[in-house]
Amino acid sequence: MSRRALPLIAASALLAVVLTGCVPNRPGGAGASALTVDAADTGCTVSSTTVTAGNVVFTFRNTGTDTNEFEILADDKLRVVGEKENITPGQTITYVVQLQPGRYFTACRFRQVGDLVGMASLKVTGERIRASSNGSARESKAVADYVSYVRSQTEQLLPAVTRFADAYRSGDDPAARSLYVTTRAYYERIEPTAEAFGELDPGIDYREVDALAEGRTWRGFHRIEKDLWPPAPGAVNSDGTPADTGWAPSTPTERAGYADGLVADVQKLFDLVHGKSFSPGLGEISNGAIGLLDEVATFKITGEEDWWSGTDLADFAANLEGAKVAVDNVKEIAASRGSREATLVRTIDARFASLKALLARYDDPQTGYLPYGQVTQAQRKELSDSVNALAEPMSRLTSSVLGVPKS
Amino acid sequence: MTHGIDPESRDSPDARPRRLSRRGLLGLAGAGAVGVVAGGAGGAAVAAGVASAASAAAASAAHPFHGVHQAGLTTPVQDRLHFAAFDMAEGATRADAISLLKDWSAAAAAMTTGAAIGATGAVDGPLTAPPEDTGEALDLPASSLTLTFGFGPELFEKDGQDRFGIADRRPPRLRPLPRFAGDALQPAISGGELCVQACADDPQVAVHAIRNLSRIAFGRAVIRWSQLGFGRTSSTSSEQKTARNLFGFKDGTANITSDETAELDKWVWAARDDGPGWMAGGSYLVTRKIRMVIETWDRQQLAEQQRVIGRDKGEGAPLSGGSEFTGPDFRATRAGAPAIDPRAHVRLAHPENLGGTRLLRRGYNYVDGSDPLGRLDAGLFFISFQRSPEQFVKVQSALASDAMAEYIKHVGSAVFAVPPGARRGGWVGESLFA
Repeated sequence: MSRRALPLIAASALLAVVLTGCVPNRPGGAGASALTVDAADTGCTVSSTTVTAGNVVFTFRNTGTDTNEFEILADDKLRVVGEKENITPGQTITYVVQLQPGRYFTACRFRQVGDLVGMASLKVTGERIRASSNGSARESKAVADYVSYVRSQTEQLLPAVTRFADAYRSGDDPAARSLYVTTRAYYERIEPTAEAFGELDPGIDYREVDALAEGRTWRGFHRIEKDLWPPAPGAVNSDGTPADTGWAPSTPTERAGYADGLVADVQKLFDLVHGKSFSPGLGEISNGAIGLLDEVATFKITGEEDWWSGTDLADFAANLEGAKVAVDNVKEIAASRGSREATLVRTIDARFASLKALLARYDDPQTGYLPYGQVTQAQRKELSDSVNALAEPMSRLTSSVLGVPKS
Repeated sequence: MTHGIDPESRDSPDARPRRLSRRGLLGLAGAGAVGVVAGGAGGAAVAAGVASAASAAAASAAHPFHGVHQAGLTTPVQDRLHFAAFDMAEGATRADAISLLKDWSAAAAAMTTGAAIGATGAVDGPLTAPPEDTGEALDLPASSLTLTFGFGPELFEKDGQDRFGIADRRPPRLRPLPRFAGDALQPAISGGELCVQACADDPQVAVHAIRNLSRIAFGRAVIRWSQLGFGRTSSTSSEQKTARNLFGFKDGTANITSDETAELDKWVWAARDDGPGWMAGGSYLVTRKIRMVIETWDRQQLAEQQRVIGRDKGEGAPLSGGSEFTGPDFRATRAGAPAIDPRAHVRLAHPENLGGTRLLRRGYNYVDGSDPLGRLDAGLFFISFQRSPEQFVKVQSALASDAMAEYIKHVGSAVFAVPPGARRGGWVGESLFA
């Protein structure tokens, strides 16, 4: 959690974005190539795994039994570079997106919620296309892609949190413990967005000490965490107070209440980001990335966030992934403003890579991230140094993205 | 390179905003011009009669950053210290090291005149970017700030790796210090690949300097440890009053002073013939964090305290008689016993018993609050500059039987090569990376 929220609607109404998710194009023009997508309830077949860079025409046919959506993801499998929603059963639509050379992934999302279906690699070959000289079109696309990404994360978060809450409610603690980390990742990647909606983050992600300090009823992920990893006798909270002061293991009735409350809060988040008024500005996307790193530097690095589960490094990784997606959405805009900004973007990219590599050392393919209690003070300092090395240039990104006029 | 990325002035030098000068704010720009004669500041402190309280004139003094030697060695010792040791970041390159030293030099040149760092300082930048300067020294004068940079042994070679292409330029004299009797060194507060000694008459100015230099370094170098100090424990000017350490005794009476030119050449400045050539005009810096067992010391009778030190507590005169600046007579006896105990600190540390060896001392008292047992976590942050670290080794080895050892514990240690000063338009360490 964070104590700072980002205003979601820029006062200056920076961009009036039309969320079409596609770029103006001339289907069949130079460099165009065409692919077909067959979407069923459990499949998502693209006619080719390679295509030439340029305006790519996807002809999407929904052969399934319910509404579907199509997503094109960057090679991190997170950042959305193209999306077409609300394709009804039996419908065939044509969708055009400009793709630069590189590796992408395509996937469908049956009923527009839950895990992506039929994820497949798509290699885009050929020459890089010169970016549109139309700055506002590029900015609109950056915002539209980011909005698609946030929606995509909540679409996966909602079913995941429902499964997690069900396991917790029914007392299947081993299952709930294993779902805790994977479920939170969808939330941690887009946390600044939830914080921007004011009352949502306190309900979903407040820690006990902060809820008490603000006189709130403590609920959400961390309330459930304390039931799933109950304190040993004599254990203390992160502020040094006895763990059992004002706390007792939840009764089945209380568990049901916390489970339902968490799902309801996440449903609210889902609805808000799918609403028409969800329209962040470029600066907010950049500030969101900075906010995610601040989150890491302030709460994850100290081990305060997941005090009972020790899963801080998994949250750390998700915060980092979320920040990277936000930066990738806006960095071309920053880099186009001048050589200093281009240097800044290169520095940020290099330091993201260093931090990711460092974090990967703690990630075991079988058991996941090392519990934070087992990370030594020297290792924590090394992680902290690497976070600082990234956060310092990141702090200058917003002014580069916005291209503040000279005073 | 991360620092100084400033969208606002990116392609129009003439768009540089007016820089808010800290000194300008106080209206002292004319009165305390850059480069105040060093003796003037020291003299003012003596006139005030209180060594630890800086007079307004001393506080507004500014010492030039550029010169043959770095400032902060023979500069009259300021009242406050913030000393920081850094390690280069993992994966940092030679280009990173050079760019860091250039950026540090530019920031140091600004801060030592009392100016904020960067093109836009603390408050003149865009609202959408963090300020270049952190701002807590706005409204404060230069405060005699000096910034002295040094290079530790591992900068040249670490675990057999020559990361920056300078392994063959390591001064042969720059080696980790040997282990001394009674060492209780903690690795977390020892060593370092780079160091910055920030001294000023205002603690906020010294801390501001280290804070901003650390920020500039993020991604290229990281803080390994840092130490605050107060109440200088020695003087480098014959006009400065000798200060007291936390044992309550005058310390560093026999220090080398800035007017002893020949002694400085003999004992402090590295000569070209000492090798390597890039160190000519530089020096070697040793730091020792010496924890004092304050509570035990305070329970010792006055006679015992004076026996341990070998001087009288009030005046600072040697127990063989005379006044503070009277040379100690180690053969003198009182009632059939040596007037100065064979194990007295003054005897063991005196040049007379060390073949004439001298050090330029520049230490500070420190108090890091209290330890978990409620004892004052305090002592002496010893700093000495010498032409060769061997001089320090000789002195410290002689202190093996020091009666004071019972009341102290060496907990931190580091050694650095201090390169010569930066020329105007140049940067500190330029001769090393040439």
